[in-house]
Amino acid sequence: MNTPLSWIKAYVPDLECSTQEYVDAMTLSGTKVEGYEVLDKNLEKIVVGKINKIEKHPDADKLIVCQVQIDEAGEEVQIVTGASNVKEGDKVPVVLDGGRVAGSAHDNEPHPDGIKIKKGKLRGVPSFGMMCSIDELGSSVDMYPDAAPDGIYILSDNADYKDAPIGSSVPELLGLHDTVVEYEVTSNRVDCFGILGIAREAAATFGKAFVPPVVTVTENNEQTKDYISVEVEDTELCSRYIGKVVKNIKLAPSPEWMKRRLAAVGIRPINNIVDITNYVMTEYSQPMHAYDLDTIAGKKIVVKRAQKDEKFTTLDGEERTLDDTMLTICDGEKAIGIAGIMGGENTMITDQVKTMLFEAACFDGTNIRLTGKKLGMRTDAQAKFEKGLDPNTAMEAMNRACQLITELGAGEVVGGYVDIYPNVREPKRVAYDVDRINRLLGTDIDEDTMVGYFEKIDLPVDREKKEIIVPTWRQDINVLADVAEEVARFYGYANIPTTLPSSSATKGGLSKKLEVENVVRNVAEQFGFCEAMTYSFESPKVFDRLCIDEADPCRKVVKISNPLGEDFSVMRTLPLHGMLTSLSTNFNRRNKNVRLYEIANVYIPNEDESKLPDERTQLTLGMFGEGDFFDLKGVVEEVLEATGIKDMKTYDPNAGKNFLHPGRQANVLVGDTVVAYLGEVHPEVAENYNMKTKAYVAVIDMPTVMQLANFTVKYTGIAKYPAVSRDISMVMKKEILVGEVEEIIRKKGGKLLEEYRLFDIYEGDQIEKGYKSVAYSISFRAADHTLEEQEITAVMDKILKGLEEKGIELRK
Amino acid sequence: MKEKLEAIKEKALEQIKNSQQLESLNEVRISILGKKGELTSVLKSMKEVAPEDRPKVGQMVNEVRAEIEKLLEEKKVAFEKKLREEKMKAETIDVTLPAKKPMVGHRHPNTIALEEIERIFIGMGYEVVEGPEVEYDYYNFEALNIPANHPAKDEQDTFYINKDIVLRTQTSSTQVHELEKGRLPIRMIAPGRVYRSDEVDATHSPTFHQVEGLVVDKNITFADLKGTLQEFAKEVFGEDTKVKFRPHHFPFTEPSAEMDVSCFKCGGKGCRFCKGEGWIEILGCGMVHPHVLEMSGIDPNEYVGFAFGVGLERIALLKYEIDDMRLLYENDTRFLKQF
Repeated sequence: MNTPLSWIKAYVPDLECSTQEYVDAMTLSGTKVEGYEVLDKNLEKIVVGKINKIEKHPDADKLIVCQVQIDEAGEEVQIVTGASNVKEGDKVPVVLDGGRVAGSAHDNEPHPDGIKIKKGKLRGVPSFGMMCSIDELGSSVDMYPDAAPDGIYILSDNADYKDAPIGSSVPELLGLHDTVVEYEVTSNRVDCFGILGIAREAAATFGKAFVPPVVTVTENNEQTKDYISVEVEDTELCSRYIGKVVKNIKLAPSPEWMKRRLAAVGIRPINNIVDITNYVMTEYSQPMHAYDLDTIAGKKIVVKRAQKDEKFTTLDGEERTLDDTMLTICDGEKAIGIAGIMGGENTMITDQVKTMLFEAACFDGTNIRLTGKKLGMRTDAQAKFEKGLDPNTAMEAMNRACQLITELGAGEVVGGYVDIYPNVREPKRVAYDVDRINRLLGTDIDEDTMVGYFEKIDLPVDREKKEIIVPTWRQDINVLADVAEEVARFYGYANIPTTLPSSSATKGGLSKKLEVENVVRNVAEQFGFCEAMTYSFESPKVFDRLCIDEADPCRKVVKISNPLGEDFSVMRTLPLHGMLTSLSTNFNRRNKNVRLYEIANVYIPNEDESKLPDERTQLTLGMFGEGDFFDLKGVVEEVLEATGIKDMKTYDPNAGKNFLHPGRQANVLVGDTVVAYLGEVHPEVAENYNMKTKAYVAVIDMPTVMQLANFTVKYTGIAKYPAVSRDISMVMKKEILVGEVEEIIRKKGGKLLEEYRLFDIYEGDQIEKGYKSVAYSISFRAADHTLEEQEITAVMDKILKGLEEKGIELRK
Repeated sequence: MKEKLEAIKEKALEQIKNSQQLESLNEVRISILGKKGELTSVLKSMKEVAPEDRPKVGQMVNEVRAEIEKLLEEKKVAFEKKLREEKMKAETIDVTLPAKKPMVGHRHPNTIALEEIERIFIGMGYEVVEGPEVEYDYYNFEALNIPANHPAKDEQDTFYINKDIVLRTQTSSTQVHELEKGRLPIRMIAPGRVYRSDEVDATHSPTFHQVEGLVVDKNITFADLKGTLQEFAKEVFGEDTKVKFRPHHFPFTEPSAEMDVSCFKCGGKGCRFCKGEGWIEILGCGMVHPHVLEMSGIDPNEYVGFAFGVGLERIALLKYEIDDMRLLYENDTRFLKQF
C-alpha cells in the first residue's frame, strides 16, 4: 500500500510533521512504514520557463539556440538544445545552471543521485541550463500522458499548466513536491488498504481531526431500476451488489489533480471514467467496475457461478476457461465479467460509450482468491477483495464515484440504485473491561484515557454498558484482546512497563533427547568432525545416485505435493545425500581431511498416509582424507560409549548397503539390535558424487541410542591381585573374522578373562595361501586371589579347544 | 706424618683443580681415596704410628678425606651442570615451527546460536521441547486461529504432503502440542526446522530454523513479554542493546508485536549493516490469542500467556555478520571452522 503524503494531508488538514516523524509515529501506532520516496529529491532549480526566441545553431544542424524567459520580470537565459518539439511561446520546465534533474532522457531509470546541470558550451555556443523531458523530471509518459514521449514536456499544451507563472517551481506544479510512503498493512486491517483508512490512523496517531471527503450525490429524476435489474443467485459469494447508471458519458482525460494522485500511487491515468473507479478504489479500498450499459443484454445483471469449462474473454483480450466454483457477472444472455477480478471484453467501456453501469459489490474474499489463483490472475481489484471487504463501504464508494462523475462533468448520474443486500452487516458490540485490559497489558490506564483512544480512532463507545460499538469496517475487533491492542498501540508499546513473569517457578532444561544429542555432538567434534546442516527434502533421483535397489523400502517416501521442483520433492529416508553432497563440495574445493557430522531427521512414511511419518533423528558421520574404516569405527564406538552404551558392540559385515563398498561395510549391533552402520562409500557412488577419493560414512540411529542410553555410572573396584597374560598366535582361513575369534575367547574365557588384544595379523610368505596368522594377547585376573598356573591353563585349554572346533590352529 | 698428609692434600687439590672432565675427577678419587689410593695407604700404615698418636692421626686423615671429598663433589656438580647445559643447548628447537594441532570439530553457527538461546531461557526456567516437522494442518494452522482458506496460509507458502498434512511453516505448531498436554504453567522454547516455499537465494531458504517460545500462567502480562524478550536481546546482542516493540498482526497472538533491536554495529545511529535504520527486526511475539487457548482446552479467563518466534538463521547471520544464507547449508569446512 502506497500513499502520497499530500493525499493523507488532504484528509488530515492539521497534520504538520516531518516525513521522518510521520514514518516513525505511524510505525509505532501499528501502520508499519516500509519506506518512502521523496519524489523531488533530485529536482533542484527547475522552473517554468517560456521560450521567447529560437534560432538555428551556427555550427550544428541538429541543435537550436533558445532564449528562455525564467521569471515574470523578464530575465532570459540562453539554452542550446537538440530537442525538436519546441516552438517560440512554449512554456517548458527549465533546470537552471547549478540545478539537478532526476535522470537523463536516454536512460530508462532515474539516476540514484540525479544529474547536476552546469552551464557550458554546445558546439561553441554557451548554454545556461536545460529544458526537461518528463523522464528527466523522474517520471514517465505513462504517468503524464500529455508529455512528449521523446522531447521536452510542453507545459503550455496542458490546460491545467498553461497559466503557470514563469519562474514558478515545476516540481510543485507537476505534483512532484511530494513524498510517497509505502506501508506494510497487516491482513486484519482491511480498512487500511485505502487512503481513508490510513488517513484515519494518521489523524489518531497525531491527535488531529480526520476530515474525510463530504460526499453528496447530484442525480437526475430517472431511476436506475428502470434501466437495469439485478439478481444475485449466490448470496454466499456476493453479499452485496450495488448498481447505478450514468448517462451522457463524456469521456475525457481527468483533471491533473486526479491524475497526479493516481500516478503517485502507481496507477496510470487513462480517462475520467477509468480514473474515477481507480481513484475511489484507492480511497475506499472498494473496487468498482464500469460496464457499457448498451452492450448488456436483457437489461439485467445476474450474479451466478460459471458453467464448468465456460470460455470467457476478459477485457485484456485473454480467453479464460472458468469452472463452477467461480463467480461471474452475467447479463440476460452471457457472462460479462469475472466477479471481483476483471470485466469482460464484451461490455468494456470504449470511446463510443454513452451510458454505463457502475458496479460496487462485495464478493467473498476466499472465493476471489482461489479463483484468481486458478486462473493465474492478479488484478488490483482482486487484491482488495481477497482481504474480505465491508459491504457497507460499497455504498459509500458508489456515492463518492457518482460525486466525482458530476464534479468532473463526466456524465449525468441517474437517480436511485439497484442494491441487493439481503443480510445487512450491523456493527457489533465488544465489551471493554478496563481491569482486564490493564491486567493483560501490565498497565494502569484509566477508563477515560482508554475511551479517549477508542474515540480518536472512530470507535463509538457505550460507556454505560462499557462496550465499543465496532463499525463494520473494523473487522479485526472481536474480543477483549483486540480491544487491548487498540489501547496498547495508542498508549504506546514503549510506555508499557518492562517486567519479568513473577508467577510460579518452573524447572527448565533440555529434553533427554536434546541432551543426548549434545553429548554426541561433543564426541563428534572431539574427533575432528564439524557440524553440517543439509536439506531435509531431496530429489527421488537421489536413490539412483546412491545405487539403491528399485525394491528397497527406503524408496518409499513422503512426497511433497507442491514442491519447489523435483530436486526438493521428497522427504529423505536416508541421510546420505546431504552428507555426500557436502563432502563432495569440500573435495572439489580442494579442502583436505574433511570430517563432517549432521544430526537431523529422516522421515519414514506411515503405512496409513493420513498419519504422520516417523521422524527419526540420525547422526551421520562422513569423512575423507586422513583415517580409514577403523578410525571411523572408533568414533562410532566412542559415540556409543559416551551415551552410556557399555554393552558389547558386534559388527555384522553383511549390512546389505548397496551404497557402501561390499567388502567394507558393517552393521553395528548391541545385542541383537542394529544401532548403526558404517562403511567405505561404494566407488560407483563416490563417482556419482564426483569424488575421486575414498570416503567413509557412518549412520547412527538416535532413537535406538536413546533406548539403550544409560548415564548411571557405578564404580567398580580397582584390582588388588596381579593379572596374568598369555599370548597366542593362530593360523586360520582368511574368511574367518577376528570377531569370531574374539567371540570364542569371550565365551570360553569365563569370568577370569579380563581383556584381550589383537597384536598381529599377517598374510603372506610364511603362511599358506588362503590363510592368515592372527595373534592375541589375553589377560586373566581374579578379584579375590592371585591366579594359580593351573587355573590359567584350564581356561586357556577351553579357549584353544573352542578355536580348534572352528578349525583354528595354533601356529607351529 | 702431618707433612705427608698435607702433601697428599695439596696434590689432590691441585689435581682436582686441574681436572677438565668428569672422568679425570674419578681418577683423582681412585688415586687418592681408592683402595690403593694414597690416603688409604696412609690409613693402612697406621700401625706404624704410636698408639697414643693414632686417634689424632686418624682424625687428621678423616679431615683431609672429608675436604677432598667435598671438593670432588663440588667439582662434579659443576661438571654435571656444565654438561647438562651443553646438552640442552644442543637440544634447542625453533619454537616458531608450526604447532601440531589435533583435529577438532566445530559446531554449526546455527547450533551455537541455539545453545545461547537455550542457555538464556533455561536459566529463566524454560523447558526445551520439540515437535514434528511433518505436521497436521490442524496444528500448523487451524489450532493457531488460522482457519481453512485464511490468506495467511497463502502468505506462508506452505508445502503440502496431502490436504491434512503439511511441512510445518512455523514452530508455533509446538505451542499447540504443549497446550494440549494441559500441564500448566508452561514455560517452553521449541527449536526446530520449518519449511516455506521460497527459492534459495542469499536471504531465503526453503528450510530454516525457528525457536518458538511460550509462557502460559495466571497473571502473565504484555509487560512480562517485553521484559523477557529485552533480557534475551541483551544477552544475545550485548548489555547496551535497546529494544523496540512495534504493533503487528499474527492470527495466534493479540496484541501482537515485532521486536527490533538497536543495531549492534552502529549502536542505533544508522549504518550499512542496519540499512540506515539504526534498528534490526529480530522476532515476532504477542499475547496468546484467547481462541488458541480455548481450542486447546485452556480457559482463557483463568490463564493468559505470551508467545514469540525467533528465526535462528537470522540470529546467526546477524551475530557473525554472515552475508549469504547459502553458506549455512554448503558445509564448506573453511566456513564451519570459523565458529
